Parts: sequence; structure tokens; C-alpha cells
Amino acid sequence: MSSHAVPGRPSIWGLLAEFERPENLVAAAARAREAGYRKMDAYTPFPIHGLSEALGFRPTKLPFVVLAGGLIGGVTALGMMWYSATIHYPLNVAGRPLASWPMFIPITFELTVLFAALSAVFGMLGMNGLPMPYHPVFNAPRFALASRDRFFLCIEGRDTLFDMETTRAFLSGLGAREVVEVEE
Amino acid sequence: MSREAADRGRTGPPVIEPGHTYASVTDKISSIVLARRTPLFWILGFFLSFLVVMALLAAISWLLARGLGIWGINQPVEWAFDIINFVWWIGIGHAGTLISAILLLMRQEWRTSINRFAEAMTLFAVACAGLFPLLHLGRPWLAYWLIPYPNTMALWPQWRSPLVWDVFAISTYGIVSFLFWFVGLIPDLATLRDRARRKGFQILYGMLAMGWRGSALHWHRYDMAYLLLAGLATPLVISVHTVVSFDFAVSIIPGWHSTIFPPYFVAGAIYAGFAMVLLLAIPLRVVYGLEDFITLRHLQNMAKILLATGLIVGYGYVMEVFMAWYSANPYEEFMIANRMRGPYAPIYWSLMLCNIVAPQSLWFRRVRSSPPALFGIAIIVSIGMWLERFMIVVTSLHRDFLPSSWGMYSPTIWEWTTFIGTIGLFLALMFLFIRFLPMISIFEMRTLVPAAGPLAKQPVPDESVAGEAT
Repeated sequence: MSSHAVPGRPSIWGLLAEFERPENLVAAAARAREAGYRKMDAYTPFPIHGLSEALGFRPTKLPFVVLAGGLIGGVTALGMMWYSATIHYPLNVAGRPLASWPMFIPITFELTVLFAALSAVFGMLGMNGLPMPYHPVFNAPRFALASRDRFFLCIEGRDTLFDMETTRAFLSGLGAREVVEVEE
Repeated sequence: MSREAADRGRTGPPVIEPGHTYASVTDKISSIVLARRTPLFWILGFFLSFLVVMALLAAISWLLARGLGIWGINQPVEWAFDIINFVWWIGIGHAGTLISAILLLMRQEWRTSINRFAEAMTLFAVACAGLFPLLHLGRPWLAYWLIPYPNTMALWPQWRSPLVWDVFAISTYGIVSFLFWFVGLIPDLATLRDRARRKGFQILYGMLAMGWRGSALHWHRYDMAYLLLAGLATPLVISVHTVVSFDFAVSIIPGWHSTIFPPYFVAGAIYAGFAMVLLLAIPLRVVYGLEDFITLRHLQNMAKILLATGLIVGYGYVMEVFMAWYSANPYEEFMIANRMRGPYAPIYWSLMLCNIVAPQSLWFRRVRSSPPALFGIAIIVSIGMWLERFMIVVTSLHRDFLPSSWGMYSPTIWEWTTFIGTIGLFLALMFLFIRFLPMISIFEMRTLVPAAGPLAKQPVPDESVAGEAT
């Protein structure tokens, strides 16, 4: 990225192409990937079917994070109750078994769900790198429309094929309404 | 079911009125929040509910100063308004989770325009519900003893008690409902950040949106997180009211000791909750001009759910009577006879009228298509569900096994003030919510716009996601 720095001007983070319709964006993303671009991302006002595939994203690992969170929650709950009921504070109630596990199930279930839900949310935010107060793409003048009604494709400067002129021509050729430089 | 729904979709009202675009949906919903001028009815409504919140504070202060003696509870009715209102509020909350999670997994896309405020309703209802058991502790400042933590008393909560299960179920439910609601809000907060004109709001919404930029990679994980949360919330919501019903069913009191309680409570919860969603949706769509988004289709579908859950609840009532007879247990038989002909008989019969008779009018399409009629029925059902909790709690306790320990219960002014005060708290929170946050999910509404077509992706299990999940 620093290779594109021009003295006295901020360096360029990438080129942002604006589309008016989601299907154009998906088609453009697929074409860009065919052309060999890898370091790119799209910005859309709602999740779009087929876009992750067009951009070549791998399936997210989030379900495993959630599974691990749920298991930790369940084991923690059951372990805590078992430890307190049999080791730390055994209480003989009419000769009933100390490790009366069926009575431990409701809390085990609740804590499994709680830990899994927390892992889903914090896992998603963490993998996405949020909160992120600053991101170069916000420098693009019309980028606020990405949360309203416009669809953007960004080819980033760190892509090996990135070249200011050819990439700009390529994006314009995809039917973009406008292609702008995104400052670092 | 889906084919039937599709058929009805062709003939019935649409889920979003034609002519909307991504921009119009965005602008219409966000302008409610970003408008400079606060509508007069909002100021009035908020002011009135705030007054009621002050009454709640007064009632709580007096309770803390004088103790539980200011309430009408005593032997043998040691639980009354505190648990009645707790169960009633928790039940109301359940419809929000049902709409946001279960209908999402069932791909009922009409849920989109009502899920956001239904989720907010859940949160606020859980907050109101949580107050009652806390206040009933007598010394609420020791409530943290319910949480397992290493303490110098070397004591643990009693894991075998349904009341301790309740603590875990309700806190988990509160936290998960908040997470679900907040995750759904993130993209909309980004929209508000981008559209706010005033610096303060840009900063406020900007911080809450956490830098969301609608990246495809982020949406990719977001969809998965949302789907997994829905999958987790679905069994959770069933478990919460099941655990609440265990508070009763695990005891041996006639009228409580019953295996039908968990399903009967869950159905009753959804019943009460949809009544509350209707009570909120019908005025909101009128005063904010949201008839395009919350169409008659939504009201009709909710009316159908109301009817279906009402029938399940009715089945519960019938089974209680049947089991009392079939068990041949004299205490159970007496309990039902006492409900029907005892001192609280008017409660029993009004409850039957409210919960079984009144909703039968929903069989008629004309009633289902009339917002005023639905509003009336929703009020009747809300009252009926409150009466049901009263019946279950009070009539079972006040005359149990030993006639020498029978007694009567009547609430005092402080119990009424606390109860009505929580309604004020709920409304005040709802008013704040509709003023400062988008009450309809903007990003999900964009997916309903006809132009979005088949590309719009509801976060529901599609082929690729389903393949991943297994």
C-alpha cells in the first residue's frame, strides 16, 4: 500500500466502485475474482445472497466458537453444582443421593445457552474486528449510502494485481456508476 | 403450511405495500428517530407513564421502609401479586422471542416489520418481571446471595430448588434477549449514524454501531451469528416458562402439582405476549403512519396465532378439570370445585370468558381484519391471562389440605400501585425506545423491497449455511 504513496498526498487504500443494484454487485464481484483479484470486500445495506461465494469467502468458523462456548458453559454449570453438592458442602437430605444430577439439568441447560449466546455475539464481533472506530473506506464521499441503498465493491491496494490505472478501468468496465479512490 | 401461506400471500394483503424502494424504507423508518420535533402524543404519553413510574418508586420506597407487611400476603397465601405479576410479565416477553427467533427459523418473513419492537417489548417485560421476585425477597439488597460466588458464609444456592433455577433461567433470558436485540440493531445504528445531521447523535449512534460498515465479510459472519442466536433462543424461551411453571408444579399443592403445567404455561405466555404485541402495534402503525410496513397481513397472522394459542390454553383449563376428576384425589376435586363455586368463583368465570369465549370471534375474517376489534380482544386476553395467574396462585393456596389453615387474600393499595407502576415503567421504556431507536428493523425491511428480489437474504437457514452448520 505504501508503494502507491505520492509525496504530499495521502496514500491510497483501494478503489471503491458504486453499484445501484445488488445483482450488478454480485456479478462484478464474480468477475473481479475471475480476473484474479483476491483482496477485496463489498459493502451493502443488507446481506446479499451469493455475495460471499462470489467474493470467495470461506465458510465462517463461528459455529465452532459457539459450540465451544456452549460446552464450556454446560461443563462449568454441572461441575460447579456437582462440586458444591458432593465435596464442598454435602448436605444429606433424607438420604437422597448427593449428586442428584436430574435436578442439575435446568441450570446446566441455561448456562449452556448463555455461554453459547455470548460466544456467538462476541465471537462475531471479535472476528469482524468490531468495534473499529476508524476505517479508510469511510473516507469515500458517498460511502454513507452503503447503509441506505447503494452497493459498493472495493479492491484494496494490498492486492498483488492492484494497479491504479488498470484496476480503475477494470471496475469502470463492470458497469459501476462511479469509481473513487479511497484514501488511507 | 408454506404452500398455504404462499396461497394466502397471493390473495391476502402484502407484507409491505408496493412502491417502496431501499431508500424510501430507510428514510421513512429512520426519520421517525431523527426527526427534530418530538410529536405531541409522545410527550403526553411519556409524561403520563413517567408519573406512573414515580408512583412505582413511591410504592417501592415504602416497601423498603416498612417491609412486606404493607402487602396483603400472609399465611396461607404467601405468594400473590409478586408472583402473579412476575409470571404475567415474563409471559408477555415470550412473544418477542417467538417472533424474532422461532418465526425466523420457520422463514415467516412477515415477522420482519414487527420483530424489533417485539424484542424491545421482551426486554422491558423481563425488566418489569424481575422487579417482583426481587421485591418479594423482603431484603432485596441481599439478592446477590442467589448467585453462586465464593463467600465467607461458605454457602451455596440450593441447586434442587426451582426458585434457584428461576434465577438462572430469567437472567439468561434477559441477557440473551438483550444480545439478540442489540445484534439486530447494529446495522440500523450504522444507518442512523450515517443519516444523523446533529453532531451529538452522530457520535452517539456511531459509538453504538461500533464501526459497522456493511462489509460482505461481516454480513457473512453476522448472518451466522444471528441464525445461531435464533437457534439458541428457541429452546431457551421454551425452557424459561417451563422453569417458571416448575415453581408451581414441583410443589405438592393441589392445582399446582401437575405435569401439564410446562406446555400450558408456555402456550399461555405466547398467548399473552401476542396480545401485547397487538396492543402496541395497532396504535403505533396509526400514529407513525406505518400501515405500509405493519399491514393487515401482520395483524391477521397475529390474530391467528392468538386463536391457536388460546385454544391450547383452553385445552389446559379443560384438562385441569378432567385430571381433578380422573385422579380421584379428593383434594384435587375440591380445588376445582372451590375455583368454580368458592369465594374466588367470579375470577374463574371471568377468566373463562376472557380467555376462551372472547377469542373465538377470531374465527371470523372480518374480526381478524379489523384493528379496533383486535385491539379490544387483545385487551380482553391480557386481562384474562392476568386473571389466570391470579386463579392459579391464589385459589390453590388459600384452601389447601387443612380447613383450619384456610384463609383469604386481597391485595392492598401498595400491591396495586406496584403492579400499575410496572405497567407505567414498561410504557415509559417503550416510549423512549420508539423515540431513540428504529422500531422496525431497517436492514431487514430492505430485503422485503420488491427490487431486492431473490438476492435479498433473510438470515434464515439456506443451503450453504445449512451445509455449514451440520
